[in-house]
Amino acid sequence: MTLLTIAIDWFYVTEKILLISAVLGVSLVIAMYSTWLERKVAAWIQDRRGPNRAGPFGLLQPLADGGKLFFKEEIIPSTANKFLFILGPSMAMLTACMTSAVIPWGDVLTIAGREVSLQIADINIGVLWVIMVVGMGVYGIMIGGWASNNKFSLLAACRGASQVISYELPMGLALIALFMISGSPSLKDIVEQQRESGIWNVFLQPVGFLIFLICAFAECNRTPFDLPEAENELNGGYHLEYSSMKLGFYLFAEYINMFISSVLMATLYFGGYHFWFLDSLGLSPNMVTILGMVILFGKTIMFIFFFMWVRWTLPRFRYDQLMKLGWKILIPLALVNMIVTGGVILYRTIGF
Amino acid sequence: MQTLTNRAQPVDRRPMTFWEKMYLPAIAKGMGITFKHIFKKKATISYPEEKRPFSPVFRGLHVLNRDEEGRERCTACGLCAVACPAEAITMEAAERKTGEENLYREEKYAARYEINMLRCIFCGFCEEACPKEAIYMTETFAPSNFQRKGFIYGKDDLLIPDPKHPLTVTKKD
Repeated sequence: MTLLTIAIDWFYVTEKILLISAVLGVSLVIAMYSTWLERKVAAWIQDRRGPNRAGPFGLLQPLADGGKLFFKEEIIPSTANKFLFILGPSMAMLTACMTSAVIPWGDVLTIAGREVSLQIADINIGVLWVIMVVGMGVYGIMIGGWASNNKFSLLAACRGASQVISYELPMGLALIALFMISGSPSLKDIVEQQRESGIWNVFLQPVGFLIFLICAFAECNRTPFDLPEAENELNGGYHLEYSSMKLGFYLFAEYINMFISSVLMATLYFGGYHFWFLDSLGLSPNMVTILGMVILFGKTIMFIFFFMWVRWTLPRFRYDQLMKLGWKILIPLALVNMIVTGGVILYRTIGF
Repeated sequence: MQTLTNRAQPVDRRPMTFWEKMYLPAIAKGMGITFKHIFKKKATISYPEEKRPFSPVFRGLHVLNRDEEGRERCTACGLCAVACPAEAITMEAAERKTGEENLYREEKYAARYEINMLRCIFCGFCEEACPKEAIYMTETFAPSNFQRKGFIYGKDDLLIPDPKHPLTVTKKD
């Protein structure tokens, strides 16, 4: 009788656990400071100063906000479905955090002779995973809105759900055109392909990027598409009945989503951790990897700033305009983009 | 149609061109405007550290003046109370005793002099009415308080410090 042994590579397990904790920690911290940056950007654009009392430059403001949310009274309406009421924000937070698993945060680090990939899971359906998880994010909104047992929450949740579903279609179609170029839905492959050719996908797919950008705004429920939580129209939105940290989770999930969308846009269309001449500088591979990571975060922060900049510039869409833009403009545009991309690829491979 | 002013502009009701219907140029323009505002001078000032100057005619909290020898100028004539449209000023007169000549300038003085800062409308009529140049309005305003009685300012609060004995004024909470 042979002893059945399962070989567990403990180094691998520790590495992944560390990576997961790091990614989770970083996305939470960035989401936290996005709230600060959002208020600062809002203030700057409106000729104000923004939070500057808590700590230097108001940097402790997010901690103060978080502490405030924790100490608020937790109210669960008596007519609400208690289980689903708690499940809603948990779901929103869970789906927001799950997306970061497939994003390549950098290339390979060599630590003590071992190659450590700075990606939690390089699954070959990377982008599809992202779309799936983002699609699941609707449940957070829908469950929360429905479980509140309040017609306004429900209305807002319906608006949110239909908006997210409508904008997922052009987003997926825009990505199909991208896959045609890269030949793989794995995010790592997409980045490596951009790195090898040195041409970022945004130059090959400008229309696709524009569609993806607009859809990312809609998916994150950001202005000009923040109809689910249009605070001055719906007195609150789908989180109307929520208080304390459950409300905090919803708001926080939005910021994590924004961070993830920014990373995704940087990865898919702006070359991820690639930057020109970085590979030819003659630095050690580990240094290049770390610099690449910094570059990815730089790109991400630019996108986060862009999100905020747009928020404080554009007014909100009316609901019919939102639907018209999604179904009558973006989907046909994405289809045309897909067909043109396919045609060009066919022409370059076969040459007619 | 005759316009009322020469500033009237006819509304442009032409249908939008394709370029305008794309909205993106307009959005880019708007974003340019908001981006410029980031670098503009901020309209807000950091209040407790920075304060805006008052105008020279600002009328703030009252003070009761003393003469150059440190004696109270107020003779409790009551003209300020009569002039006050908000009826914020109350006073009680008393007669100066011998030996108090260094405290009060004339034979009569205000034993009690109160201004209710919640009633006061800071019109400055008391200042104008005073024949003895005893009441003046300064450039400070009433600080917040938790109780109404904290806004009734007595002689302790109103009298300026004695130039000879600077620590005679005690501020109540």
